[in-house]
Amino acid sequence: MIPILGLAAGVLLGLFFDPTVPLGLQPYLPIAVVAALDAVFGGFRARLDGIFDAKVFVISFVSNVVVAALIVFLGDQLGVGAQLSTAVVVVLGIRIFGNAAAIRRHVFRA
Amino acid sequence: MSGDQRPGAGPDPELEAAEVEAAVEIPDADTDDAAAATTEPVADVDASGAPPEAPATAHEPATDDLRTEDGSATGEEQGAPGAGKPSGRRTRDPLAAALIGVLTLLLGFAFAVQVRAAGDDQQYAGAREEDLVRILDELNAREARLRDQIADQRAALQQLNSSDSQSAAALEEARARAEAIGILNGTVAAQGPGLVMTIRDADDEVRVSDILDAIQELRGAGAETMEIDGVRVGVSTAVTGTPGSLMVDGRPITSPYEFVVIGSPQNMETALNIPGGVVQDLTRHGASVTITQSEQVTVDALRPLDTPQYASPDTGD
Repeated sequence: MIPILGLAAGVLLGLFFDPTVPLGLQPYLPIAVVAALDAVFGGFRARLDGIFDAKVFVISFVSNVVVAALIVFLGDQLGVGAQLSTAVVVVLGIRIFGNAAAIRRHVFRA
Repeated sequence: MSGDQRPGAGPDPELEAAEVEAAVEIPDADTDDAAAATTEPVADVDASGAPPEAPATAHEPATDDLRTEDGSATGEEQGAPGAGKPSGRRTRDPLAAALIGVLTLLLGFAFAVQVRAAGDDQQYAGAREEDLVRILDELNAREARLRDQIADQRAALQQLNSSDSQSAAALEEARARAEAIGILNGTVAAQGPGLVMTIRDADDEVRVSDILDAIQELRGAGAETMEIDGVRVGVSTAVTGTPGSLMVDGRPITSPYEFVVIGSPQNMETALNIPGGVVQDLTRHGASVTITQSEQVTVDALRPLDTPQYASPDTGD
């Protein structure tokens, strides 16, 4: 319940305040969002599996975001930022799909 | 924000804790499936999308990440509930609940912001330099392509225009030639300045050669077309018969013979009247000749156009 409320409140706040993303953060924000989404899906799946742990969720959430941003940052420094961010998005997308598949099995038994 | 969430966070950890108790062991099959299924698409995407360096860098994190994170989703969490006590978990974590709330709040916030930012039309503001360069290159190439197309189309248009005007001019010229030839050939009625010459042949003394002389003299003086007693004179006109029953192109003419001629009136009358010329000759044979110049005479007798039976245009050059 908390995550859903948090998400809804965050979306509303974001729409309400509509801040401009700082230029330095612009390459990282989408990646961070995707990474966080991955963590949320993982947490949801764990919860459906009945093994949800708040600590693990928090840590994986934060570390996901940080690592994803770090990878992209490193990629930018190395001059392969576009490719690395693509790679990160691909990997995270695949993981989200995997988690979504597990969630689907739980919800629909199929 | 977090302050708001905390009171609401209170009841939730209990639910979650209860569920965490429920299943400590989960089948690994799902995650293995996922991992097995995902490694291949990763390879695919890398192979298709990225430049040579990318696969090496992207591939390893991909598989490693999968393993460790799946571990965190399953293995580590298996460990965690094992460590925690069921009773302890119920009361355990307002802090964790608050953190979860804050994190999801941030996620929602960032999500909304990013969606807004991506929806803006300044989508290039956050793009990387290399991306911008690539986009610029593409746009330049596209521009060059379009310019080429414009040039091609312009050339085609010009060609069409010029060929159109050329063919129009050719058509006009052909029409003018057809008219000129028609006048000369006698297939077209004509009008213009000229003269009317009337030969009265009281004694049937006018011979074929006199008529021919008159025609030749008129042509020599610039007559463009003429008719004799309503018979048009053309290139193949023949004058036959005997004095008194002359025929032009097989059609009988009777005295007085009326020549209607288009040409320069002055020149033709002068030519006819020269000493020893046509008029003198005719007069000597007993005919009388009257010549009337006119600004406007009409030659409207027509000759049928003979289609050449043997000759055909020489198209070869």
